[in-house]
Amino acid sequence: MPEGIKDKVAIIGMGCTRFGERWESSGGDLMVEAFTECIEDAGIEKKDIDTAYWGACFPMQGLSGLPLAQLLKLPFIGVTHVENYCATGTEALRAATYAVASGAADIALALGVEKLKDTGYGGLPAMGGMGGAEALLMPNSTAPGLFAMMATGYFSKYNIPPDQGKRVIGRVSWKSHQNGVKNPKAHLRREVTMEQIVNAPIVAWPLGLFDCCGVSDGSAAAIVVRAEEAKKFRPDPVYIKALQIAISSGEEQIYTDYDYAHVETGYRAGIRVYKEAGVKNPRKEISMAELHDCFSITETVTYEDLQFSPRGRAGEDIEAGFFDLEGDLPVQPDGGLKCFGHPIGASGLRMVYEMYKQLQGKAGPRQIKDPKLGLTHNMGGFPPGNVIAVCIVGQ
Amino acid sequence: MAGITSYGAYIPWYRINRMVIYSAMGWLNPASSLPGEKAVANFDEDSLTMAVNASMDCLNGLDQEEIDGLYFATTTPPYRERQCAGIVATSLDLRPDIRTADFADSTRAGSTALLAAYDAVKAGSTKSIIVTASDCRLGKPGGFQEEMYGDSAAALILGNKGVIASLEGSYSLSYDFMDHWRAAGDKYNRTWEDRWIRDEGYGKFIPEAISGLMNKYSMSPKDIAKVVYPCLYIRSHADIGKSLGFEPGQIQEHMFTTIGNTGAAYTLMLLVAALEDAKPGDKIVVASYGNGSDAMLFEVTKEIEKIKERKGIKKNLATKSDLPSYERFATSREVLTIDTGGRGEEMPVSSASGTWRSRRMLLGLVGSRCKRCGTPQFPPQRVCVKPDCGAVDEMEDYRFAQRRGHLFTYTADSLAFSPNPPAIYGMVDFEGGGRSLFDLTDCDLDMLSVNMPVEMTFRRKFHDENRGVSAYSWKATPIRA
Repeated sequence: MPEGIKDKVAIIGMGCTRFGERWESSGGDLMVEAFTECIEDAGIEKKDIDTAYWGACFPMQGLSGLPLAQLLKLPFIGVTHVENYCATGTEALRAATYAVASGAADIALALGVEKLKDTGYGGLPAMGGMGGAEALLMPNSTAPGLFAMMATGYFSKYNIPPDQGKRVIGRVSWKSHQNGVKNPKAHLRREVTMEQIVNAPIVAWPLGLFDCCGVSDGSAAAIVVRAEEAKKFRPDPVYIKALQIAISSGEEQIYTDYDYAHVETGYRAGIRVYKEAGVKNPRKEISMAELHDCFSITETVTYEDLQFSPRGRAGEDIEAGFFDLEGDLPVQPDGGLKCFGHPIGASGLRMVYEMYKQLQGKAGPRQIKDPKLGLTHNMGGFPPGNVIAVCIVGQ
Repeated sequence: MAGITSYGAYIPWYRINRMVIYSAMGWLNPASSLPGEKAVANFDEDSLTMAVNASMDCLNGLDQEEIDGLYFATTTPPYRERQCAGIVATSLDLRPDIRTADFADSTRAGSTALLAAYDAVKAGSTKSIIVTASDCRLGKPGGFQEEMYGDSAAALILGNKGVIASLEGSYSLSYDFMDHWRAAGDKYNRTWEDRWIRDEGYGKFIPEAISGLMNKYSMSPKDIAKVVYPCLYIRSHADIGKSLGFEPGQIQEHMFTTIGNTGAAYTLMLLVAALEDAKPGDKIVVASYGNGSDAMLFEVTKEIEKIKERKGIKKNLATKSDLPSYERFATSREVLTIDTGGRGEEMPVSSASGTWRSRRMLLGLVGSRCKRCGTPQFPPQRVCVKPDCGAVDEMEDYRFAQRRGHLFTYTADSLAFSPNPPAIYGMVDFEGGGRSLFDLTDCDLDMLSVNMPVEMTFRRKFHDENRGVSAYSWKATPIRA
C-alpha cells in the first residue's frame, strides 16, 4: 500500500449554502454563495488561489473549467471540471488535495454544485441518454428503484419480513429528521413519527417517501493547503487523515456472486481508508460520520460496509440508538442527505463541511462532544455499479 | 414433401371483457354489444414484438441457424419504410444470408405469406422459412371494430424436413372488396355496412374458396378432419360450415370470444390451434378472409407426434389478466393520450449507427461466454468479468433470449414513468450463468418474489415520437405456462 495522504493536507476554509428548493437561485448564484463563505472563512483572497476543481454531476451547469472561472472571474489559473456521479463533491476535494500535496499548487479550491430543481418534474433528472447502446437495454429506472432492489435483497438475505424491515430502515430516517430540525441550512426541517414514515406513500417498493432523501439545490466549497502551512491561516484547521475512492469493477453487475445486500465498493474503500488513517477499530475510533443516505437502506448497509456494525445486524444498532446524535457514533448530525438535502455535486463537500464545523466546535445545537475523527462516505451510481469516496478528517 | 414443420403462437397476457368496453362506450352505439373477451397487447407490445414471441415459441428446441428466411405478415407494421421482417429476423438472431419480406395491407396477408413460403421451399430455393403473422388493429372508440379486434400472433415454419403437416394444395381468390380499409396516415379502420360485408363478402368468399379447393382436389367434407376459417360474425361462422356440408364438430372453434378477430394473424392462429389437436392422417382445410380468400389443404403426418411441447394457443390462452376498465385498455393502445409528466418525455438517444453496431445485443439478446473459464455474461464483454479470469478477447457469442432465469431482486418504481405504473424491474440470474437488469412486464408486484423463475419476452422499449423510432429489446416476465 502506498504511503497515503494522512496529515499532508489541511482544510482551512469551507462554505456551504442553504440546501433546498432554491427557486430564486441559479446554479451560479449558489456557487458564488458557497465560494464567498468559503474564502471569508479561510481568510484569503481570490488571487491567492493557485488552482481550482469544480464538480457537478449533471451537465446543466456547463462543462470544462470555464463556468467556474468565468463566474468567479478567476485570474487565468488552472480550473478543471470533475465528475464522478454523486461522489463528485468528494472527487473535487480529492483533486484539490492531490494538487497541494504534490506541491503543484499551494492553495487549491474545491467546489461542488447542483441545480436540480429546473427539470420540471420530481426526482433526479432522467438519465436515459447516458451510456451508449447498453443504456437502451436498461429499464426506465430511477434512483429510488435501483436502491429499492437493495432493500429487497437485504430483507431476503437476512429473512426480514418487509414490514419489519421497513421499520428498521425507517428508524434511520427518523433519526436524521431529529437532527435536521437543528440545522438552519437543511432542506427538510421537521420531525416525523415512525408511523408517518412507515405509512408514507411508496416511491419504489419497498421504499416509501421518507426512505428517500431530498432533491435539492445547493453548493459547497473548501480551500486546502499543505498541512505544515495550515496554522498560518487559522488556529483550528482540519486535517485530511485519509481519502480513498473505489469504483465497481463490473463483477457486481454482471457476475453472479454479488448479493445486492451490501455495497462492495463501500466495504473495499472502508478497508483502505482505515488503513490509510491508521484506524484499527472503526466502531470505537470514529467519533461521527456523514454517510451517503440517499435512501435509508443505503445508510443501513453502509453501517455494515464500514464495519460499524456486523453483517446483517445493523438493525440492532439502529434500534439501540447507537447512531443517534446522543449515541456512541452519531451519524448524519446535520440531517444527512435525507434532511440537509442532496444537490448531487455538492453533497460530498457538504458532508466534510459538517465534520469540519463539528471538529471546530461550531455545530451549534447539534454539536457532538469532543469529536476526534469524522468520516464522510459519498456514493454515486447504484448498488451493483458505483463510485464510493470515503474521507476521514480530524485535528 | 413440403409443408409445416413447426408452429407457435403468442397471445398477450391482458384480456378485456367486451362488456367492459360496452359499459364505457356502448351509449354511442347501443347495438354494438358483443359476447366474450378479446386479447389486448400491453403498452410495450405491437405487431412486431408479438411476432418475435410467437416465432420464439415456434423455434423452441430448433436451431435457428437452419432457418433460411422469414416472412412477416401484418396490417399494422410499426414502420412504413424499414422492413419489419428484418427486425424480427435480427431479434431471433437468424443468419443474415436469408430471405426476408413483409406481407401487408390485407387480413389475407398471413395465408399469402404462408403460400409464398411454401412455394419457395417446394421450388427448392430455400429449405426452411418462418412465416409469422401478427396484428394489433384499432377500431374507433365506440364502434363494433373496437370490440371485435384482438391482438395476437402466430408462427409456422415451412420446410421440407420433419414436415408435420404437408401442404397438399391451395385455391386462392382475389377481390377488391372494400369491406374495411385504412388509408395511409389513418390510425383506425373504417368499414362499410355490416350486413353487406356478412352477406356479400364474408358469407361468399370463404365458401367459394373452400368449394374451389375441394372440387380441385376431389374432396368431400367427410374426408376432412377440421375446417378452419376466421370469424367475423358468430352465427355466419357456423352457417358457412353448415352450408359447405361440415358437421359442427369439424369446424375449428373460432376464438372470437377469447382473443377476437386478430386480422392478418387470425387464420394462422386458428391453424395452430387445429394442429395442437391434430392426429397423423388428419386432413385440414384452411381458408383465410380479406380481399378474397386463400384456401389450403394440409395433411398431418406422424412427425406431429415428435414436436416438442409449445405454448401455442392453449397455454397462452390459459394465463391472462383481465383489464378492469376501458381506460386501462385505451391507455395501453394509445387511444387515450395521457399526461406523461416531464419525466415521461425524457427518452434515451436512439442512435441508428449505435443500435446497428449493437444489433445482436439489443435485438437478439446475444451476450458472450468466456472460452477460457466458461462464464456467460451479458451485456457482451471483451474482458472476462470473472474476478480470477479476466481473459481478453476470448469470447464466443452466447444467446440469452431463450434461457430462463431467476428473479434475484426487484422493485416496483412509482417515480419512473410508465404507461402501466409502477415500473417493475429487477435483476435476473440466468440458468447456466449470467446476470443483468431487466424491466419486468406482464406482472403485478404482488405476483413477484425473490428467486421466482422468469423468462424473456420481446418488447418495445420506447417509442421516440420526435424521431419516429420504435426501439425494441427484451424484458423479463414470470413464466406464463
